[in-house]
Amino acid sequence: MSVFRPNSVGKPIKRREDPRLIRGLGTYTDDVKLPRMTYAAFVRSDFAAGTIRSIDTTAAAAHAGVVGVYTYADMDGQVGATPIGVAIPGMPNHPLLANGRVLYVGHPVAVVVGETPYAARDAAAMVDVDIEPREAVVDVEAALARDAPKVYDELDSNVCLQIPAPNPEADKLFEQADRTLSIRLLNQRVAPLPMEGRAICAHWEEGPGKLTLWTSNQAPHSVKQQIAMCLGIPEIRVRAIAPEVGGGFGAKIPTYAEDALLCWVSRDLKRPVKWSETRTENLLGMTHGRGHVEKIEVAFLGDGRVLALKGQTISDIGAFRSFFGPFIALSTHTMSCGCYDIKAVAWKTSSVFTNTMATEAYRGAGRPEAAYIIERVMDEVAAATGLDPVAVRRRNFIRKDAFPHTTPSGATYDTGDYEKSLDRLMELAGYDEARAEQRGAREEGRLVGIGLATFTEVCGLGPSTGATPQQRMGTWESATVRVEPTGNVTVYTGVSPHGQGQETVFAQMASDAFGVDLDDVLVVHGDTDQVQHGVGTFGSRGIAVGGAALDMALVKVHAKATRIAAHHLDAPVDQIDYADGEFTVTGTDRKLTFRQVAEMAHLWNVAVPGEEPGLEAVARFEPSATTFPFGAHLCQVEIDPESGQIEIQRYVAVDDFGEVMNPMLADGQRLGGVVQGIGQAMWEEVQYDEGGQLLSGTLMDYAVPRARHFPRMVLDNTVTPTPINPLGAKGIGELGTIGATPCVVNAIVDALRPLGITNIDMPAKPERVWQAIQAAGAAQ
Amino acid sequence: MPETVSVAITVNGSKHDRAVEPRTLLVHFLREELDLTGVHIGCESTLCGACTVHFNGRAVKSCTVLAVQADGQEVTTIEGLAASADDLHPLQVGFWEKHGLQCGYCTPGMIMAAKQLLDDNPNPTEAEIREAIDGNICRCTGYQQIVDAVQHAADAAGAA
Repeated sequence: MSVFRPNSVGKPIKRREDPRLIRGLGTYTDDVKLPRMTYAAFVRSDFAAGTIRSIDTTAAAAHAGVVGVYTYADMDGQVGATPIGVAIPGMPNHPLLANGRVLYVGHPVAVVVGETPYAARDAAAMVDVDIEPREAVVDVEAALARDAPKVYDELDSNVCLQIPAPNPEADKLFEQADRTLSIRLLNQRVAPLPMEGRAICAHWEEGPGKLTLWTSNQAPHSVKQQIAMCLGIPEIRVRAIAPEVGGGFGAKIPTYAEDALLCWVSRDLKRPVKWSETRTENLLGMTHGRGHVEKIEVAFLGDGRVLALKGQTISDIGAFRSFFGPFIALSTHTMSCGCYDIKAVAWKTSSVFTNTMATEAYRGAGRPEAAYIIERVMDEVAAATGLDPVAVRRRNFIRKDAFPHTTPSGATYDTGDYEKSLDRLMELAGYDEARAEQRGAREEGRLVGIGLATFTEVCGLGPSTGATPQQRMGTWESATVRVEPTGNVTVYTGVSPHGQGQETVFAQMASDAFGVDLDDVLVVHGDTDQVQHGVGTFGSRGIAVGGAALDMALVKVHAKATRIAAHHLDAPVDQIDYADGEFTVTGTDRKLTFRQVAEMAHLWNVAVPGEEPGLEAVARFEPSATTFPFGAHLCQVEIDPESGQIEIQRYVAVDDFGEVMNPMLADGQRLGGVVQGIGQAMWEEVQYDEGGQLLSGTLMDYAVPRARHFPRMVLDNTVTPTPINPLGAKGIGELGTIGATPCVVNAIVDALRPLGITNIDMPAKPERVWQAIQAAGAAQ
Repeated sequence: MPETVSVAITVNGSKHDRAVEPRTLLVHFLREELDLTGVHIGCESTLCGACTVHFNGRAVKSCTVLAVQADGQEVTTIEGLAASADDLHPLQVGFWEKHGLQCGYCTPGMIMAAKQLLDDNPNPTEAEIREAIDGNICRCTGYQQIVDAVQHAADAAGAA
């Protein structure tokens, strides 16, 4: 734990963010209004693959209220390509607008700028784009075929990145195993669907020669760097602001082509330009998540012990590389052992282009896929050996005294106690009684299923010198603590929260450090001109990395305050005691309050030898390693055999994410994550037809979880701290989506197993379940 | 210039006379003409509920209502929900107390939808609350704490 005595930290403090949001007074990007504002509308490809024969913008340009129409030809040579994260040698760049060819439905071909949003949209419909369609490749496995149509003519194949990780030890264990089984699992493509889609307001000011970009993004410092590089202007002349951001879930990590493009347009027009995507544009053009095909082989013993895994991940990365896109599947390999002591793993990872929207990190990014694999495997091993799924898991758990534990897939787990969370789950869920009830229900012919997931995942990516390409980026985080002469505190953080609640948690931390009220702390984030360098909010790093940086800055400020107090109290530093906002000379009643010290730091401290005036510190926390939260979830379902409809009857989650900063906010992260995971398990699916047309382009066609779909969920947690950061907190944002998909699908398969059904692919739509029941009936 | 029509719409108790294009959506009128940016746009198709406002006392999705349809009518937005600027409506209190929001984007619409429920049914069950907010999507919370927030508001009103 932090050196500061928890007073506010650990309590369910109400959010500091909320008063503005519940009154409708938050400022999201589309709420920004500037003089001389213009509005953009995009013209997008209707074809998944094709050659652009011509683009006629005459009518659009002549339309009333139009101030500019741009195609690639207008900016050729003046801008760079769409920003990406890590370069992969030999891979093509992705221009900001389609250059001669279109690669997916929704590919931006032109942008129209008008005096009003209506004028821009009207004129966008007048742009005549003539495209010669080509054969598209949509299915990721088909894209791997030797004779498949190619997304990029200039490449030898559709493979962007292929990393084989063979392992002779795994081959040996497969020979020694009593049994083997193989399973093919789909982790379908889903839409992140934040309630606020992408929104951009770009404002070039000719006078100061400075660009300000409001963008609904999770990593504004990265945006600043990338926009500067793309436009060829010094980064000191770019200010990126992520104001109120209406959800991200990974899809707002990248800097999009539209971001860079509208910055260029604003500079060209010398006017601000604003754009908010429609929901259909969001479903077409915001990065999607998942999109994996997994082919898994398992070697195990008759007593349920799993010896080795062989896996193949085929990852559909869409038509171009997004920031993390091609690298996400590597995490699936790394996390493939879950919380089990598996001896050897062999894997092959292929990240493959298709004529679809790019995929990117989505709440979990490779880890939900890994948890889905190993947790489905555990249930299939249980079925094959006739053991209870709980018994199989216990037999394979890494023991709590075996940490740190390095898996054969290359992850080093910090701490864990998987029995503890599972024990608590069994107790909370009344597992034995539930199984007894299930037996009764089965005798009545009812399809009741109980599913489990005992999983671990990885948070707080680091260190920056990490071994995989994914980690070749700064993974530190920064914080500045600035104490005003009054003793009020401003915290500047490099993370960029968008609902997670760090304005509250960081205020709790500062309050505990200095004994000031929460109202006397302001947390500033998401503005590159206000905040020192930062990395952003993703990968459950807000507390584990951003909070750790803040703790370091608080420690630095506190140490200086102690020295100033010691000087003015005329005592050695080691005789100064601190508690609840007061510095006291040990064993005396001589004391100074924190607020008095803050004033002295600014006004009187010329008398303090060796100290600069002021009371402020900057800190950067570089994680020495990653953290591994874990959990045990249980789901109970009943399936109507007549309709295939699944009712979720119970969901119980016991998670362990180390120390808890604010249990109410932690519950919110977990509940939201579980529902997103259940959404993927049951309903959500981005669907393209064979020609690459998006079939799920509205909320009529893309099924999102709604309130009535769920029973009241039951949550509890155990606490196993991490030594990786001073807070002992591991990270929480993605636990829910990681545990939920295998838990729910295991419950569904458990319900159907008496019919001989051993797998249902996600989403387990009623139609799909009904067909499986019919097919099983016909087979029997 | 495009053709315009005159409308007089009472919003949050004040009457506003404007000339608008006939196709202007109520949500655009509220956001662009009146700067009531607490009304959010989530789907432009009545499916997500982020733009929910009250129209003559009933919850409607303002992305599929034309401003001209509101001519002479009364509209209440999240900005006009509380009795005064310093005050919070019991639903706003409930959302704050029970952590009924994360990113906050769906929140104004969610609160306006819940208000209609409590207007019609001051003592709803959990199932009734879940049914009443079925037209409003929240992607962050998983809904449970929203249910708690609405229950908190109902309990507070019952206790008052």
